[in-house]
Amino acid sequence: MLAELRNRLRAESCEEHLLQLFERIEKSELNGFTTLARECALEEARQFDKNPGKGLLAGVPIAIKECISTKGIETNCSSRILRGYIPPYDAHVIERLKAEGAIIMGKTNMDEFAMGTSTETSSFGPTRNPWDKEYVPGGSSGGSAAVVAGGEAPCALGSDTGGSVRCPASFCGIVGLKPTYGLVSRYGLVAYANSLEQIGPLTHTVEDTALLMDVISGHDRRDSTSAEGERHSYLPGLHDGVAGLKIGIPREYFGEGVNKDVEKAVWDGIHTLEGLGATWQEVSLPHTRYALAAYYVIAMSEASSNLARFDGLRYGLREGEDKDWHTTFSAIRAQGFGPEVKRRIILGTYALSAGYYGRYYLKALKVRTLIKEDFLRAFKDVDILASPTMPIPAFKIGERINDPLSLYMADVFTVPINLAGVPAISVPCGFSGRLPIGLQLIGPHFGESKVLRASAAFEAATAFHEAKPEVI
Amino acid sequence: MITREDVEHISWLASIKIEDEEKDRLVEQFNSILEYFHQLDEVDTENVQPTYRVVDLANVFREDEAVLSISQDMALQNAPRREDGYFKSPRIV
Repeated sequence: MLAELRNRLRAESCEEHLLQLFERIEKSELNGFTTLARECALEEARQFDKNPGKGLLAGVPIAIKECISTKGIETNCSSRILRGYIPPYDAHVIERLKAEGAIIMGKTNMDEFAMGTSTETSSFGPTRNPWDKEYVPGGSSGGSAAVVAGGEAPCALGSDTGGSVRCPASFCGIVGLKPTYGLVSRYGLVAYANSLEQIGPLTHTVEDTALLMDVISGHDRRDSTSAEGERHSYLPGLHDGVAGLKIGIPREYFGEGVNKDVEKAVWDGIHTLEGLGATWQEVSLPHTRYALAAYYVIAMSEASSNLARFDGLRYGLREGEDKDWHTTFSAIRAQGFGPEVKRRIILGTYALSAGYYGRYYLKALKVRTLIKEDFLRAFKDVDILASPTMPIPAFKIGERINDPLSLYMADVFTVPINLAGVPAISVPCGFSGRLPIGLQLIGPHFGESKVLRASAAFEAATAFHEAKPEVI
Repeated sequence: MITREDVEHISWLASIKIEDEEKDRLVEQFNSILEYFHQLDEVDTENVQPTYRVVDLANVFREDEAVLSISQDMALQNAPRREDGYFKSPRIV
């Protein structure tokens, strides 16, 4: 898709193409975009039309999640506390995109500070699922997924702390990858739970995801957790097929709590891969049932620390008359953060407080070790793992938002991957009614090539990625 | 069990003002979430090391070289209150 688009833009007019997208966005009911960089993008398009560059993404428009810093374009994490914040610098991934000629269209809606599974906690209101606007697009990168699925942008970047790229990819019927921890620099990504999160692409095809990974991955010394090593290209060998590939089916990821349509579509997907020459065997990840609790303890604890910087001093909301330090900041934070963000900061503060650190945070980090070891053990026997991305298809807007725990439960198959730091992709594998279903393929650390190759083979053998929602 | 007093104390530590009418609801939500977290107690972690970083990188150093950073004007451009090139904070003591 993107390679063809790049050629078409060169032959036709990039400005014209962007104008059509912006026109579509203005009529849209999805609420996927929050800020449009219209004038700047059109100027770049005119420059491209005069003198097209040679970059991997020359002239290609892209949508960026609200939590990724873009120089000169508002970056507010869909939170009231950061409204109006204009970053003075670009995130590493934005520098890379620009170096390859991509055009930033604007910013996309998300759960406030990426805390959510539905994009309903955004201070901009919920984004709608392009397949049925009564339903959530998933989250937290729901805006990025919806604008790609809805034809408002050809590709997007999101971030994934506990499933936030894969969940909306699954709910919106597109491809989304969470890379190995450390593969993509987090420089310029507004931190939520820094030991878990990675930036990842959301695209229509596996090849497009591979192309974006070629652009955004690689070492960056400004992120001290960035992995060393030569830059890698994921495009060569992408279409080499799955003959002889060994797929593990984690038994804990099926059965109770998994929607029947989801279970059937995922098994059909596994059999499709089998038909292409892969083999499968059951494996066990025995600590799976503790992953959600460990994840939420760690994510909330890290959030309570990372979000301490939002105090209205250097940036963000500052209303009313200044009183003493603590009173002023407590009032700003009460006004600026939404209910879910407050819940997580306060619970995280509790988990890290004197007397509870060992019981919650340290305990969760030890369970994290056991979960990581489950994956390392499984990858001794198999090349990749296959599972549902989400146990359920998209749910209705408003259905779960008042019951935080029921919303957390939806992340059961995505959070273990972030705890282990391994890569995982969601690819479209079927429908429940008209709502898409995602197949999750998980690889060992830095095993993106295997995951992408299996995904490309699956995609070539199926037509789910070609289905498009009716324009709404 | 978390009590109303606990919620008041922790939200004070977290520098988030909580209104009286929010407190009972938070007590209820926190207790149900913490009860869920308590399933971690079932796991034997006797000889297990904690994982702080999934990818084994520790003590990443760089040369101590002075490089250009953003200007004072740029650093201040987002500050809601500033004075004479400084961030203006509320009274501290």
